[in-house]
Amino acid sequence: MTKVEALKQRLARIWSLIVGLKVTGTFFVSPQITVHYPRQTVRNMETFHGPVELVPRPDDPAKPRCIVCMQCVSACPSKCLSVVPKPQPRASAEGQEAHPKPAEAKGDKAAKKPAAKEPLKFMYDFTLCSLCGTCVETCPVGSLRFSHDAYLAGPDKAAFVYDLLARLAGQAAAGCGRAEDKGSARVDDRGAKGGV
Amino acid sequence: MGTLDPGFTEMLSGDFYTRRLASEAGESTLVLNMGPQHPSTHGVLRVIIELDGEYILRAEPVLGYLHRMHEKMAEDRTYIQYLPNMGRVDYLHAMAWNWAYVGAVERLAGIEVPERAEYIRVIVTELNRISSHLVWWGAYLLDLGAFTPILYAFEDREIILDLLQIPTGSRLTYSYFRPGGVAYDINEEFLAGLKTFIPYMRGRLPMYRDLVTDNIILKGRLEKVGVIPLEMCRRYGATGPVVRGSGKRYDVRIAEPYSVYGRFSFDIPTHSDGDCMGRYLVRMAEIEQSLAILEQAAESIPPGPHLVKGAPKVRWKPPAGEAYFAVEGARGKIGVHLVSDGTNTPYRCKLRAPGFSNMSLFAELSRGVLLADAVAILGSLDLVIPEMDR
Amino acid sequence: MRFDWSFWLAALHEIPEEFVRIVAALVALCVFIPVNALVLVYLERKVAGHVQRRPGPFEVGPHGILQTVADALKLVGKQLFRPYGADRVLFWLAAILAFAPVFVLFLPIPFGPVLTTLDVNLGLLLILAFAGVNVLSICLAGWSANNKWSLIGAARGVAQCVAYEIPLLLALLAVAFMKGSLNLSQIVQGQGNWPWQWNVVTQPIAFLVYFVCAVAETNRSPFDLPEAESELTAGFHTEYSGMGFGMFFLSEYANMIVVCAVAVSVFLGGWKGPLLPGLWWFLGKVYGLLLVIMWFRWTYPRVRFDQLLNLNWKWLMPLSIANLVLTAFVMKVV
Repeated sequence: MTKVEALKQRLARIWSLIVGLKVTGTFFVSPQITVHYPRQTVRNMETFHGPVELVPRPDDPAKPRCIVCMQCVSACPSKCLSVVPKPQPRASAEGQEAHPKPAEAKGDKAAKKPAAKEPLKFMYDFTLCSLCGTCVETCPVGSLRFSHDAYLAGPDKAAFVYDLLARLAGQAAAGCGRAEDKGSARVDDRGAKGGV
Repeated sequence: MGTLDPGFTEMLSGDFYTRRLASEAGESTLVLNMGPQHPSTHGVLRVIIELDGEYILRAEPVLGYLHRMHEKMAEDRTYIQYLPNMGRVDYLHAMAWNWAYVGAVERLAGIEVPERAEYIRVIVTELNRISSHLVWWGAYLLDLGAFTPILYAFEDREIILDLLQIPTGSRLTYSYFRPGGVAYDINEEFLAGLKTFIPYMRGRLPMYRDLVTDNIILKGRLEKVGVIPLEMCRRYGATGPVVRGSGKRYDVRIAEPYSVYGRFSFDIPTHSDGDCMGRYLVRMAEIEQSLAILEQAAESIPPGPHLVKGAPKVRWKPPAGEAYFAVEGARGKIGVHLVSDGTNTPYRCKLRAPGFSNMSLFAELSRGVLLADAVAILGSLDLVIPEMDR
Repeated sequence: MRFDWSFWLAALHEIPEEFVRIVAALVALCVFIPVNALVLVYLERKVAGHVQRRPGPFEVGPHGILQTVADALKLVGKQLFRPYGADRVLFWLAAILAFAPVFVLFLPIPFGPVLTTLDVNLGLLLILAFAGVNVLSICLAGWSANNKWSLIGAARGVAQCVAYEIPLLLALLAVAFMKGSLNLSQIVQGQGNWPWQWNVVTQPIAFLVYFVCAVAETNRSPFDLPEAESELTAGFHTEYSGMGFGMFFLSEYANMIVVCAVAVSVFLGGWKGPLLPGLWWFLGKVYGLLLVIMWFRWTYPRVRFDQLLNLNWKWLMPLSIANLVLTAFVMKVV
């Protein structure tokens, strides 16, 4: 390489230092991009998968759709859910063994089954949850969904073992359900999902 | 405090590894631990270095500080329950690990994937590749002493993360893939955001070049440093930008084609020098190529289902057998080898991490290298320790 | 002998004026240096924040102006911890030595037309001599900490500081040749109010060489290998916590002010400027140079150690010697 070319290359390399200064100088006078919490908050929480919560029944917002089938409990890889059913009132021995009543006997299999179960206790240990969504997808009645909570803080681990029934009751009392809770059709806010 | 017994202090100084190393060390050399707590070993990597002044005589990496037994966990969980683990093995390119695993499951059981799902998979994996390369770039420059580029890279990465939050709901540890497709469909908001992001990112790359790539100080740090000959790559099984930076055009998307990558036209950037600058330039070029793939995929994505009908559920049992599936991750070839015995949990799940093979050439490469250069080399190998230790 | 007020009045007149000046200056410096360090640390963090498009310190005080006060209180409140095996005396001596010469360095600097404490004929030499104590403190800090990383950092630091002192001296010598004096006040007097009357116009190479060496002497990026955060954890001051680290921290910023003050006095016209009183021009120029140094830190990656020394021996030394020879030639012949 000739001397002139070598000199030009060296000057170009030193010029790169000035170019770098120009870049940072430009950014110095540009506006900031920080979302300055808590004065400002981000605006895309609607798509965020936060801790799991119960979906209310359309007719009774304080009750979940859960039928205590325990599929979510066994589906969870981290074993964070624990569900306890409400004790069923036992029908009399004769009533159970006797022939079903004629009105209900015509192909209605529901008479042989006991009344739909309700959860007495629905505890969710968020300290173990990995937000994988297996429970949400496994539930046959769509009783679980992701909330959008991201700003969680607590003084100790016990604060993150959530009582989902209490949470649902609180949401019903405050009237802060989602728009789709009012409909009667089973909500499929997960998009068209084949094979369900 | 009285004087300690000399034998006791001797026993206290160093551990199994350093004592083994020190017994062969000379009088004038220094045996140091780089890590496991060190600002530039990108995680808990420990490298025992024997120094003579500033030159490294020997370096021995010690792994295992982040071993979380992912392969063992696979034996205790069903095929669907194991999916969140894949997002955590290498959280920077979680989509590729997701893909490798569901690809192995699909190969094992012969599950078809709808076309729309294939396109969605390509889109989210390439977006994730760009965000992984941005993290690599920012962290590498932080190691070299430039404190601002990482903030600029994260500014761009925020857009990608917000974009990927729309279909998946997560920002980092994605568990989005399912055997037979993806978990949720993408919507118009996502595609519109993607179409805005591609030209924006293309406009940012010249600024990166001006600030960093052309900088004379950076060139001095990276050029002719850590030259990895191709033969060394072959011996250690290095893949990804490490082998492409040494001149070999090996990319799993072309060598063992999978999914719909064959429909897109993109380059495989290589660089013949094999030094740190070569690997750096390869990764920067890969960002551009990923943008090209994204553009083509976003244009031609077909309608259809995002998950095949009858996709495996939680307690699904595959047929007995074994399958191996490899994808091109940001760091190299990611492989998952599944062995099934017909029950609903895998018999064995072997995870092939590219970082492990890439790292193993460091011991041979670093002989006679300056300490500051060792930092530059480690950064250019793009190591993510969670992936190496699994 | 009566010890009444007339005795003391007469005694006061016996005290040399020089002594009173120095004591008054030291008291003023006791306020000036910490306040400036406070302001500089805050400014550095704010500049860093804005270059990186984020706010910087914001919560402590309005817009974070009390952040450094909080940091200083935190540093003072920490336990002074000496690691096991560290030399008892040298460990603390290093920290004290880092900060001790700083007061002396400020004495010959002309802050204004009459605001020079020591108007000595060897002002420049005084500053350069005492700045060398910094090297000793780095060496002792690295050695006495009983930590291999500190040792490497100290070795690098000593080599770097010793190497870069030479072009520094030669660049200043060129100006001293031209002006015929090492007295900083006289050098400032020899310059005019306007930028085209400053020494930087007649000695641009000397200014560039001096500035690069100044950044290297104060261990600032891109020459901050001795305290390379990402390679050596924290280099020679790894093992210091609390006020020990505070001493190094303060001395780094005080040294920065000194080298910028010398640059301003020798090359950029010192306190000379139209309209405003001299002190404001001086402070303004010093802060301008400090902002440039901070700008460098947030833009450039670190220079590798052997490249750093190469830069010095292969480029800055020959340049500064050539500059000196050229100056001498021009002075004698022209």
